[in-house]
Order: sequence, then C-alpha cells, then structure tokens
Amino acid sequence: MAQIQIKNVAKNFGGYQALHDINLTIEDQEFMVLLGASGCGKTTLLRIVAGLETATTGEVWIGGKRVDHLAPKDRGIAMVFQNYAVFPHLTVFENIGFGLRMQKMSNEEVTRRVERTAGLMHIDQLLKRYSGELSGGQRQRVAVARALAMEPDVILMDEPLSNLDALLRLEMRAELKGVLAESKTTAIYVTHDQVEAMSLADRISVMHQGKIIQAATPIEVYRNPAAKFVAGFIGNPPMNFLDATPAGDGKWTVAGQVVDGPRVNLDRLQFAIRPEDIQLAEQGMSATAKVVEPLGAHLLVTCHVDGTSFRAVLDSDLTVRPGDTLMLSPQPDRVRWFDPETNLAVA
Amino acid sequence: MNARLLPYMLILPVTLFLGVFFLYPFVLVAQQAFSGSDGFSMANFRDVFSYWKFPISLKNTLLLAAIVVPVQLALSLLMATMVSKMKKGRDLVLYVWTIPLGISDLAAGIIWLAIFEQSGFLNSMMSGLGVIDQPVNFLSYQHPGVIFLAIALAEIWRATAIMLVIIVAGIGLIPKEYYEAAEVFGASPWKRFTKITLPMLRPSLQTALILRVVLAFEVFAVVAALGGTLMPVLMGEIYAYQFDLLNSNAAAALALVVLALSIAFTVIILRVLRVPKGASI
Repeated sequence: MAQIQIKNVAKNFGGYQALHDINLTIEDQEFMVLLGASGCGKTTLLRIVAGLETATTGEVWIGGKRVDHLAPKDRGIAMVFQNYAVFPHLTVFENIGFGLRMQKMSNEEVTRRVERTAGLMHIDQLLKRYSGELSGGQRQRVAVARALAMEPDVILMDEPLSNLDALLRLEMRAELKGVLAESKTTAIYVTHDQVEAMSLADRISVMHQGKIIQAATPIEVYRNPAAKFVAGFIGNPPMNFLDATPAGDGKWTVAGQVVDGPRVNLDRLQFAIRPEDIQLAEQGMSATAKVVEPLGAHLLVTCHVDGTSFRAVLDSDLTVRPGDTLMLSPQPDRVRWFDPETNLAVA
Repeated sequence: MNARLLPYMLILPVTLFLGVFFLYPFVLVAQQAFSGSDGFSMANFRDVFSYWKFPISLKNTLLLAAIVVPVQLALSLLMATMVSKMKKGRDLVLYVWTIPLGISDLAAGIIWLAIFEQSGFLNSMMSGLGVIDQPVNFLSYQHPGVIFLAIALAEIWRATAIMLVIIVAGIGLIPKEYYEAAEVFGASPWKRFTKITLPMLRPSLQTALILRVVLAFEVFAVVAALGGTLMPVLMGEIYAYQFDLLNSNAAAALALVVLALSIAFTVIILRVLRVPKGASI
C-alpha cells in the first residue's frame, strides 16, 4: 500500500525556479503520468520523489511516511532510467539482482526473484549476457526487470521508452502496462509523448513551466482541457481555436456563425474544437482548404477559417482539393471555450 | 592516392622512426646480451644471476614496487574520487597535485635528500623540538629501513600524479546515471565505489598500473640520490655494469631481465583486469 503525496514542493536551481508549489496525490496502485515538454520540470519532480534531488521546500510522503529526508534506498522505490543505466560490467542476471544483493538477500531468493522477473519481461534467455551484447529493447527490459525484482511499493520511470524505435515502443508500451497492472505497484511515469501518456495512464498530470496545469484521467484531459495549454498540447493534431465575440443571451459569433456558448460577461472568448469533432455540412463555417493529407484511416485537411489556420479530420472517402471551399460544422457538445485573458476553460 | 594504402602511408614515418631508433638498438642490445667470446652464449646471464648483488637488487626493486605501487594506487583513487566530486576549483587542485610530475626524478631524490640528510629539514626540526640532542644520519648503513622508507616516500610523492591523471580521466568517463541507479537500488557510497567505480575503471586501472609498475622497475635516480650504493636496485646494477665494471654485455643481459619482468607484469595486469567482451561502457 503506497499512496504518494507531494505537498507544496518547490525547486530552485540557483535562481531558476524549476518547480512552483506542486501539490499532487497519487493513489495506491495508480499509474500517474507526468506529461510535458522538455524543461517543464517533470523529471525534476520525479527525481525529488526518488530522492536523487532535494526539494527546496515542501514534503514528499510515501505510504503514509514522510520520506523527503530519507536516502533513495529507504523510500521503498525502484526506478527505470531514460538511458536504462544497465550496468555494463555485470551480466543481465547480476543487473536484475543488483538491488537484492545490496539488501543481502540469500542466493536462492535472488535467483528466484531474478528468474521470475526475467520471465515476466521475456529475457530469461539472456541472463548470462552483458549489456553490450543486448539490443536497446532488451536493455530496456532488463531495466524494468531490475526495478520489478525489488518488489517495490512505488516504481518511477523517467522516459523509459524514448530511446526505442517507434515499433518497439508500441510493443513495450502495451507490455509495460500489463506487467505493472499485475505487479500492483504505484507508478509515476515521466514522458513528453502524449500518446504514451494517454495509453498508459490512470491519470495524467500535464505540466508546464514548473506547474501542474491539470491532473485528471486521460479522457478528461482530452475532452475537457482545463487550460488552453492543455488543449493545444494533448491531441494530435491539436485543438483548433477561433476568436468569438458575444452575440448576446449566451450566444457567440464565431467565423460568421452564431453558436451557443457560455453565459459569461466577457467581451471576447476563444472557441475551441478538436479536428476530429468536425464534419462537412450543408451549412457551417466557411473554410478554404490549403493542404490535404490523406492518412489512410482519414483525411487531414488544413484550411483557413476566418483568417486562422484550422484543421479538420474528415472521412477518407471524401475528395478534397487545395483551394476548395468547405462548409464545416463542429459537433456542438464537443465545443469548448477559453478565456483569452487567463487562458483557462470557461464553462 | 589509393584510399586503402593511405593509412599505411600515414603511419609509415612513425613506424620507420620506431624501427630505426627503438627496434634496431633493441636487437643490438639483445645480440650483445647473448654473445660471448665465441658466438651465442648464455654466459652473460650466468654472470649476472650469480653475482652476489643480483638477488638483493632484485628483492629491493620488487619490494619497492610492491609497496609503492599499491600505496600510489590507493592514494590516486582517493584523490581522483575527491577531485571528481568537486564542483569548483577542480582544475586548480589537479594542477597543484601534478606539480611533482614536472620535476625530474633526480631532482625529486635531491629534494628528499635535503629533508633526510644529516643537516636536513628533518634533523633541524627534530632538534628544534628537542626530540634529539644531535643530528642523526638517517641515510646511513645503520638505518636501512629509513633509507627504504625515504625512497618509497620520494617515489610516492613524485609519481602518484601520473596514476591520478589517468584515473581522473577514467572516472570522468563513467556516466552519472550508473551511480544514481546504484544509489536507488541501495548501494552505499562504499558499495558504489567497489561495485561501480572500480569495475568500470578497469581499462584506466590497466593503463595506470602498467605504466606505474614498469616505471617502478626502472627506479634509479631517486635511489641513487637517497641510498647511493646502500640500496642496490636493478637499474643501478645495469648502470654499474656499463660504466663502473665496463661490462656492457652483462649490462645488456640485465636490461633484458628487467624487460622480461616488465612484460610479465604487464601480461598479468592485462589478464587480471580484463574486461569481458560486451561488458565495456
């Protein structure tokens, strides 16, 4: 049982504020993904939980125990590093058993656990090899097995798949999800890859400039982004934004069309819609197609609406050519609104 | 220029240079060592081995190496670890520590002679403190242990830095992530040193140890300055054969013995610190 609580954690690197007052609770056995662009502070936060970095202020609690003053080994954690950090001078067996040996576990217990986790990660054939004789994917498996062998309360992963090629990443992602769900550990997983985040996470914490902008389930983050940053960061292609002016009585004018919107007393709003929530219609926003990209499953059309670049994901059976004028109709229940001053969502 | 030939053309000058100034003289020395009054002979080696000073000088040389090299290894590892933990002033400390490297071994011997001799610093300090009434001649035949200690100290002072610079470079090559992984998986600082630093440093340790052991077998000027004839070593004996006894054949034979020793220890060090295939960083 290990709930992780991060309370008012801030980190200052000699004048540079890497983290601002982070508060986050990760429930027992929850898979939490910290998602953000490079430099957003996600790795720093993970390293603070691991104990490899000290927070300037704030507290870290794991399993009801305050751990921010403890050494990494006393926190009940295991970690998977971005470059795997599989020790080159040790065999795969000794790598997986490294932490167990440090705990002075008996030889039989080490062998039992190493063989079990190696089997779990499908590397039981490689136990006698050195890391120089392994592929990147195999090294990754060793790194995960080494962490699992510790049977930790918490497993921390720092971009563990980012050095793998695309196909392997897809395969490892699914495998990791299965193995971790089985192991019943609490997990924090750092990535800049939103697809990885969406597919793995129970909850995603979207980070930006040292702050957590939104912490919610993947579908919530996707459907109801709390801020314009999240809307633009999650989803590929990202959300479309158009300027809206009030038309009175909760109605707003967007690209010449009057649509239902929030009843707020603002003189400007941003209308937002995901490219996949747009359909061709008889009537709607007039758009001029600029670039047409057939992607197999669908057609990605980049067009101009009201002088703004705007993307729509359309049916791949349609024939659209650059220069065509399209009538686009957003699905009303998928429209979101943001305040252009605060960049926060408006209900 | 033919691309396949180019590499050979480029290393030709240095190969020629080594051939003319190293290989050829070496063949001459070997020839000299194995030649007697009537062609090939082992007589020179018999002479050298049966001379009463040979076992003593061999013992002294090996004993000196056996004491100096491990102490230097430990010291240089300690110093390198400290230096690599420093964030500021690292280069300055390294420069200061490597100053003795810039001093010739004879000069180093003379510096330590100035400390240990009868009118030296050590005597004046001890009499100033009232520990002794009159100056002691530390470096006399009555104190062979002190002579040995003085030589060992001078050698350690003089040549630790050469191991240090190699080890500092080697430690710098070990990625930080390995230490973090070891820390997360429960390795104490000492365990991190023995389980990560030392094994990953094997290539550098090989270089440093080979260099230092070979140099230790060649110890000469420091011994000459501090021990004179009181502590015979192999190099000193070669010098004596060549210039005092005017027996260049025996000098050549003894030189080959030292070479054989150096090669033997090089092979041992290479074997012991071998990095298995696929296990390098």
